[in-house]
Amino acid sequence: MSAPVKRTQWDEDPTLFRKDHGLSKKVLLNCCLVRWIISWASPNKKDSVEDELELSAVRHRPEALELLEAQTRFSRKELQILYRGFKNECPSGVVNEDTFKEIYAQFFPQGDASTYAHFLFNAFDTDHNGSVSFEDFVMGLSILLRGTVQEKLNWAFNLYDINKDGYITKEEMLDIIKSIYDMMGKCTYPILKEETPRQHVEIFFQKMDKNRDGVVTIDEFIDCCQNDENIMRSMQLFENVI
Amino acid sequence: MAAGVAAWLPFARAAAIGWMPVANLPMPVAPSNKNKHQDELIILNVSGRRFQTWRNTLDRYPDTLLGSSEKEFFFNEETREYFFDRDPDVFRSILNFYRTGKLHYPRYECISAYDEELAFFGIIPEIISDCCYEEYKDRKRENVERLMDDLEDNKDSKLPNMTFRETMWRAFENPHTSTMALVFYYVTGFFIAISVITNVVETVPCGYMPNQRDIPCGERYTEAFFCMDTACVMIFTVEYLMRLFAAPSRYRFMRSVMSIIDVVAILPYYIGLVMTNNEDVSGAFVTLRVFRVFRIFKFSRHSQGLRILGYTLKSCASELGFLLFSLTMAIIIFATVMFYAEKGSSSSKFTSIPASFWYTIVTMTTLGYGDMVPKTIAGKIFGSICSLSGVLVIALPVPVIVSNFSRIYHQNQRADKRRAQKVQKARLSRMRITKSGSSSAFPHSKRNGLNQSLELTGSLEEDQQLKKTTSLLESQHHHLLHCLEKTTNHEFVDERLYEQGYLQTALQNFPSQSPSLSSEEGITGTCCSQRTKKSMQPLSATHTHSHTHNLQELSALHIQCGEQQPLNTSRSSLNLMSDESGSLNCKSSGLVTTAIISIPTPPSNNYRASPDAPTPPNPDAPPLPNPGTDVVKISAL
Repeated sequence: MSAPVKRTQWDEDPTLFRKDHGLSKKVLLNCCLVRWIISWASPNKKDSVEDELELSAVRHRPEALELLEAQTRFSRKELQILYRGFKNECPSGVVNEDTFKEIYAQFFPQGDASTYAHFLFNAFDTDHNGSVSFEDFVMGLSILLRGTVQEKLNWAFNLYDINKDGYITKEEMLDIIKSIYDMMGKCTYPILKEETPRQHVEIFFQKMDKNRDGVVTIDEFIDCCQNDENIMRSMQLFENVI
Repeated sequence: MAAGVAAWLPFARAAAIGWMPVANLPMPVAPSNKNKHQDELIILNVSGRRFQTWRNTLDRYPDTLLGSSEKEFFFNEETREYFFDRDPDVFRSILNFYRTGKLHYPRYECISAYDEELAFFGIIPEIISDCCYEEYKDRKRENVERLMDDLEDNKDSKLPNMTFRETMWRAFENPHTSTMALVFYYVTGFFIAISVITNVVETVPCGYMPNQRDIPCGERYTEAFFCMDTACVMIFTVEYLMRLFAAPSRYRFMRSVMSIIDVVAILPYYIGLVMTNNEDVSGAFVTLRVFRVFRIFKFSRHSQGLRILGYTLKSCASELGFLLFSLTMAIIIFATVMFYAEKGSSSSKFTSIPASFWYTIVTMTTLGYGDMVPKTIAGKIFGSICSLSGVLVIALPVPVIVSNFSRIYHQNQRADKRRAQKVQKARLSRMRITKSGSSSAFPHSKRNGLNQSLELTGSLEEDQQLKKTTSLLESQHHHLLHCLEKTTNHEFVDERLYEQGYLQTALQNFPSQSPSLSSEEGITGTCCSQRTKKSMQPLSATHTHSHTHNLQELSALHIQCGEQQPLNTSRSSLNLMSDESGSLNCKSSGLVTTAIISIPTPPSNNYRASPDAPTPPNPDAPPLPNPGTDVVKISAL
C-alpha cells in the first residue's frame, strides 16, 4: 500500500504551496534544496534491489469491481476471469517491466520479444509509474477488445509514438518494426535480411505520410487506416477474445 | 507455452492489434470459440475427498489425464463428478501442479507410490520443480539400489552355463558364492597376515652374539625367514596370476588399484632374487624391503571398511588439501616468528627457520616433545599463540572429513554418483525435448494442421474434429503467431529445417530463369515445388490444392502454367520430381496458385521449382515429415 500513498503525498504538496504565496517560494526552494541534498548525499538509494524490494512489498489492491465495471466495457464475469489470471502471475497486484517481458516472451519462444514488450509496457503504463496495475491492464484491454475503431487506432498510434510527442518519425517506426521482426527470431523463411525492417518502414510511410513531411500525425494515421480495408478488417479480428 | 501464463493469452492477442496497421497482408481468421461455455467448476472426487477446480485450470496441460478427454472415462453420471479411486493425499500435489505449474514431491510420501500416481495421471516426473527434485532423485536412487541388492542376492545362485573363467572371477569377487572361494579367501588372508608378521618379527632383536650385540631375528634365522617369505610370495604370485587370467578385462584389471598393490607387494622379492649380494646395491635392496609392508594393503580386499576409508580420503581430497595448506601457512608464519624472536637468546635451538618448523609442528599438533623450547619472553608469547592457533586450525577441517566418512559409509556412493550424473543428463535432455517441442510446436502444428486439413475434405465435422485435437488455447496461440508471420511477411520454420535450408541455399545457385520480381507486387514466375518420390497422388492434387487456398487465405499469385514447362529442364539435382504429375497439375488448373506456407504432403503441390535471381537465399527446404528426402521449395513473395 505504500505506492498509492506516496503518490498522494506529492499530489498534496503543490496545492499546499499554492495557498501561501509569500512563504511558498522559500519553502519550495528549501524543500527542493533539501531533497536535492539528500538525493545527492545518498546516491545509491534507488538501487534496483531496493526497487525490487519496494515493489514486492507493495500489495496493490485494485479498485472495486463495480468501479471497474463502470470504467471499462467488460462484464463482471469477464473482469473476474481477467483478475484471476492477472493475480496468478503477479501476486503482488502490479506487474513491473521485467515480469511483463517474461510473460510476453513465453508466447514467442522462437524470437526475442523483449523490445516489443517494452513498448507495450509503456503503452499500458498510462501514468508512467513503472508498473502496470490491474486497472491499467484492464483499461488497456478494454480499449483493445471492446473499443471503437477510433479508440483502437488511437491506442496503436500511442504505441508507435515512442516519445509521445504526437508524431511518428521514421526512427520510431523503425524501432517498432525492428522489435516486431525480433519476435520472429532467427529461424524464419525466408531468412530475415538487414534491410527488411527498413523497407517495411518505407512502405508504411509511403502509405501513411500523405503530406510527405517525414512524420505521421494522428490524423493522417487514422485517416489512412480507415481507408485501408485490410487494416479495418484486422482490427475486428480480436473481438471475441475474452 | 507455459500453461501458467495461459491466462495472459487474451492480453497477448489483444496486443497484437499493435501490429495491424503495420502489416501489409490480410490476417488469418481467428479460431472461433464455438463452444464458449462459461468457465465452470468441476468436481474431482478422489476416494471420497472432493476437490474442486475450474475446468480451465485442468486444460492447461492437455497431455495429461486430467487435461485431456481421458478423464471422461471417470465421469460419474449420477453424481455429475469425476471419480478416481486413488490416493487423495498424493492427488493434492498433482492438483497443485495444475494450479501453480510446479510439481512438488512431498517428503513423507513413499517414492514408489508417488511414481505410480504420477504415471496414472500421465505426468512425467522430470517436471518436478527444483526445490523437490533432489529429494525425489535421492529417494528414487535408494529405492533402485535396494531393489538391485535384492536382485543380486537372488542372482548369486550359480547360473547354469558360465565358463570356467567366469566362475573363477565370480569366486574371486564374491567369496560367499562357493566353498572353494571362501577357502581361498581365508587362505590368502592368512598368508597376508603371516607375511606381515614375518616382516615385523624380522626386526625384533633376539639372542646374543658372542660380541655382546643384539641382532635381529632376521639375521639369526635367515633361512627360516627366507623360506617364509618365499612361501608367501609364491602364494601371492599364484593368486595374482589367477586373477589376471580370470579377469574379464585384463587391461582394466591391471590398471586397478588392488592389482597394483599386489604387484608392488611381490616385486621386491623378485628384485631381491635377481640382485646379488653386492655391497653397492645392498642399500637400495634394503629400501626395497620397505615396500614389503604394502602387503598389508592387500587386506583391503577383505575389509569393506578399509575400502570406504580409502575412498573417503580420496573424496575428501579438497578438505585434506585445505588442511594441509592452512597448516603449511601457519607453520611457516610461526616458524619465522619464533626464529626471529629467539634469535637473540644464547644457545638457542632455533638455529634456522627450517629448524623452527619442527618446533612449530610439534606445538601446533599439541604434541610438545620439549626438545625445543623458547627461552625469551617474546618467544614464549608467540609460542603460546602458536599452540592455541594450532588447535583451531586442525580442529576445523577434521569434522568435515569425519562427516564425509560417515556419509559415504552409510550410502556407499561411488557407483551411485556415476549413475546420478547419467540421470541428470537424461533429465535435462528430456526437459529440453519438451521445451523445444513447445517452441517448435507452431511450425509442427502448421504442418500437422495442414496435413490433416488437406487430407480431410473440409466438411464441418472434420473441421471441428481437427479443432478438438489441438486445444483451443493452442489454436489461439498459433493464430497469434500466424498473425505475426503475416505482419512481417516471414514464416517460422524449425531450427533443423532452417539449417537444412541454409545449407541448401549455400550449396546451390540456380541460374535465373524467371522475370524479376518485386515483393510488393508479388507476381513471380516461380512456384513452390516439393516432392518426395514416395507418394504420388496426382488425382488428389486438385482437391487439396483448392482446399489449401481456402484454408490459408494466402496471397494468391497467378502463374502462367505455360511458363513452367520449359523450366522442367533446368531442374537441379535436388528435385526428384517426375514430369507427369507436374504437367498434370498444370493442365488441370490453368492458373496455379502458390502456397507460401509449407505444404507437407507431397502430392498437394506439384509445382516446378525455379528460383529467381534477385533473392539468392532461394529455395529453402520446407518443413517435412521425412527429412531424408530432398526438397526444394520457393516461396513466392
